[in-house]
Amino acid sequence: MSHATVKIPATSYAVERLTLENGLRVVLSPDRSAPVIGVAVVYDVGIRSEPEGRTGFAHLFEHLMFQGSENLEKLAHFRYVQASGGVFNGSTHLDYTDYYESLPSNALERALFLEADRMRSPRITPENLANQIAVVKEEIRVNVLNRPYGGFPWLKLPPVMFGTFPNAHDGYGSFVDLESATAEDAASFFRTYYAPANAVLCVAGDIDVAEATALIEKHFGGIAARPKPERPDFSEPDLTEERRASHTDPMAPMPAVAMAWRVPDPVKEFDAYLPYVVLAEVLTDGDASRLVERLILDDGIATSVSGYLGFMGDPFDVRDPTAMLLQIHFPPQVTLATVEAAVDEELARLATDGLSEAELARVQARLAAHMLRETDSVLGRALSMAVLEQQRDRAELINELPRLLGSVTTDQIAAAAATLRPGRRALLEIVPGGAQ
Amino acid sequence: MTALAVPDLTSPREAPTPVSAERTLSTGLRVVAIERSSVPLVELRLRVPFAGERESDVAHASVLGETLLSGTAGLSAVQIAATLQEVGGGLSVSVDPDRLLVSGNALAAGLPRLLEVLAGVLTGAAYPEKEVRIERERLADRIEMAASQPSHAVREALLKRLFGEHPYGTETPEPAHVRLVEPPLLRALHARRVLPEGSVLVLVGDVPAEQVLDAVEAALSPWSATGAEITVPPMPAFAPGPLLLVDRPGSVQSSIRMGVSAVPRSHPDYPALQLANLVFGGYFSSRLVENIREDKGYTYSPHSGIDHAVAGSMIVISADVATEVTAPALVEMAYELGRIATLPPQTDELEQARQYAIGTLALSVASQAGLASMLAALATTGLGLDWLAGHPKRLAAVSADEVFAAAAKYLGPARAVPVVLGDASAVEPSVSALGPVVRG
Repeated sequence: MSHATVKIPATSYAVERLTLENGLRVVLSPDRSAPVIGVAVVYDVGIRSEPEGRTGFAHLFEHLMFQGSENLEKLAHFRYVQASGGVFNGSTHLDYTDYYESLPSNALERALFLEADRMRSPRITPENLANQIAVVKEEIRVNVLNRPYGGFPWLKLPPVMFGTFPNAHDGYGSFVDLESATAEDAASFFRTYYAPANAVLCVAGDIDVAEATALIEKHFGGIAARPKPERPDFSEPDLTEERRASHTDPMAPMPAVAMAWRVPDPVKEFDAYLPYVVLAEVLTDGDASRLVERLILDDGIATSVSGYLGFMGDPFDVRDPTAMLLQIHFPPQVTLATVEAAVDEELARLATDGLSEAELARVQARLAAHMLRETDSVLGRALSMAVLEQQRDRAELINELPRLLGSVTTDQIAAAAATLRPGRRALLEIVPGGAQ
Repeated sequence: MTALAVPDLTSPREAPTPVSAERTLSTGLRVVAIERSSVPLVELRLRVPFAGERESDVAHASVLGETLLSGTAGLSAVQIAATLQEVGGGLSVSVDPDRLLVSGNALAAGLPRLLEVLAGVLTGAAYPEKEVRIERERLADRIEMAASQPSHAVREALLKRLFGEHPYGTETPEPAHVRLVEPPLLRALHARRVLPEGSVLVLVGDVPAEQVLDAVEAALSPWSATGAEITVPPMPAFAPGPLLLVDRPGSVQSSIRMGVSAVPRSHPDYPALQLANLVFGGYFSSRLVENIREDKGYTYSPHSGIDHAVAGSMIVISADVATEVTAPALVEMAYELGRIATLPPQTDELEQARQYAIGTLALSVASQAGLASMLAALATTGLGLDWLAGHPKRLAAVSADEVFAAAAKYLGPARAVPVVLGDASAVEPSVSALGPVVRG
């Protein structure tokens, strides 16, 4: 039951789907309101699937997918997209890797050609591999090694929480592993994981469904089928006692802490998972949230507080095992014990006393607005729908999520908060090692 | 096997012209409303001129930005946030040396509430003692954290080098100054400088434009304070000279930045300079990226972008490179700056940049939030929907000769002011071989 002052609206993006003979799954979502399209290809392989000794390989391979393909020289992919007035990128996640473009709609066939060409055969050479290993090392330096709080908490907390290589290892990769990668490793990774049957293509925006279908058949239909790899079981048991670690960051001027608790399987236990998505907002979304009010506005013991689902921050693009995280930066004169005590007290208060219907309703209304805002971008829509289809066979969920989250009850929030006990928590402290 | 041909583009479809309306209230506030029903939301941007005169003004302005939403006579900070959340809404505030910007959004049905809260803080922000104390300490801590980030530290060094004592020389105040800011000063600053005259309010969303204007007029007419806006002196001409090397011992990368004088969006040379900059380093398929990333692997994300401020425009070229290739990267950057300034661009690379500029302009305004942010940025120099509608035609009309002339006039290594933040003892010997170096 929702008591929101305003009714939570729903979108009605169309979903048309088809599967090609080679197993490629396709989602089309026409919307003729602006002459732009979003094209996303999502492969069902991510950081968790990379082999031991090859940390960072899924991400390195993502870079290699831009280095030319059967009919395209190096640099051609970038130039064709941008000469169409479009933008492109790719990103590597725990459970998937995406490749995408946003373009004027008159570039539809060109974008399909470009994606099909690299799905058919990327051009992986020792020269391109060496070049991209160098580029990725600079990416790791700029994002992790050369800055304070680099990789905190997304790279540094998983090894505290998890015990197995797929879940615990550094997804950006060690320089030793990156430098050991060979063109044959890449070819093998491509053969195994980049099969058409292991991918979802989504096109959203200014398209005619029949025309887009014909073009997709034309460009992707001829790609040879390969077996869809079986996804390994990455599950791990929940923590039975708290795990803590401390990392001294020589560049950090202030301490910080991240805490994480395992949450229900986002796909198989979807109903049990949803309350945690709302709980993160109850705790940390803005000045009227529980932890911001307590830690920042009342006690003045924190500089910033954030809470979210999944180590990479998107609640609906990750499979089990995953976590809810709290990330808090605090001044040097405040102790970690003080911060922990305040967090534990607020979680216990929420678990015991619950929250009012009005408090829940306003958080749900704000969450709905956040989600609607993300879908307003045609590319954001294509990416979300592709991942929802890949992991859940439910691209339509994009229309339903705001109201599903709006139907979470106060009792469910209190029950979810009750599971965030110190005894099943992973905690990583950043100790400032002396700022320059 | 014969290579397949890459498909041509089909004929483009025109973007529908959105319904828009504008009104200037008797208080001087200019309001722009645009209907866009793509999602049932409304986006808000309020740009208030907010230039300062002295370095200490930056501290005061920054704390004001952090505490504008910290309470009114009737509502606490928590109540303001909760009231907005009830309609799916939120507001945030940022300041820079030109302006104060209030950004927000809400479910479309919540527009009246969003405006009511905005009017409440504009006319009655209370700057309560406790909230100011807490927020100024938080801000000071955050500035100390930012200062430890190389990207922030090198920007500070570049701005100081380019602008010296000009107000643009200091974007971020000293933490010690921030910790001294008291509520009475904030109240006085608000009364003197948070003024409707000269301000622009942009609303984009799923509400009829005229209805938006009426709602704004009803809610914001009480915001009627008057005073005198401070005018920022024009940007000084940049004085190229020795490379400024700022030491960050142990740094595994060097953060290279170069500042180059540019022209505002309204200048006749601007479309040509925009394209010249794209060809040089403004997007992925540029010479700079193809050279120092895709060929040499020196860096992850080199870029050259044009920044526009009220008092002038500049190009900032950036690359974060491995320490050991600092000097070679500088050589390539100077080479590409020299090449763009002294040789005409190729036809195909110019056409590619042109299509990119036109296409991405359309993409950037295809969402409610993108359009609202673009209009707020254009308002910096008094531009609006007319400029936006006319710019694709201006880009289409630029000739190769004009692009070459703009590159020759504005780019070139002799016009760039270089700053490097990195491990000075490691890079100074090789960097010194390229030209004079000063330590900063």
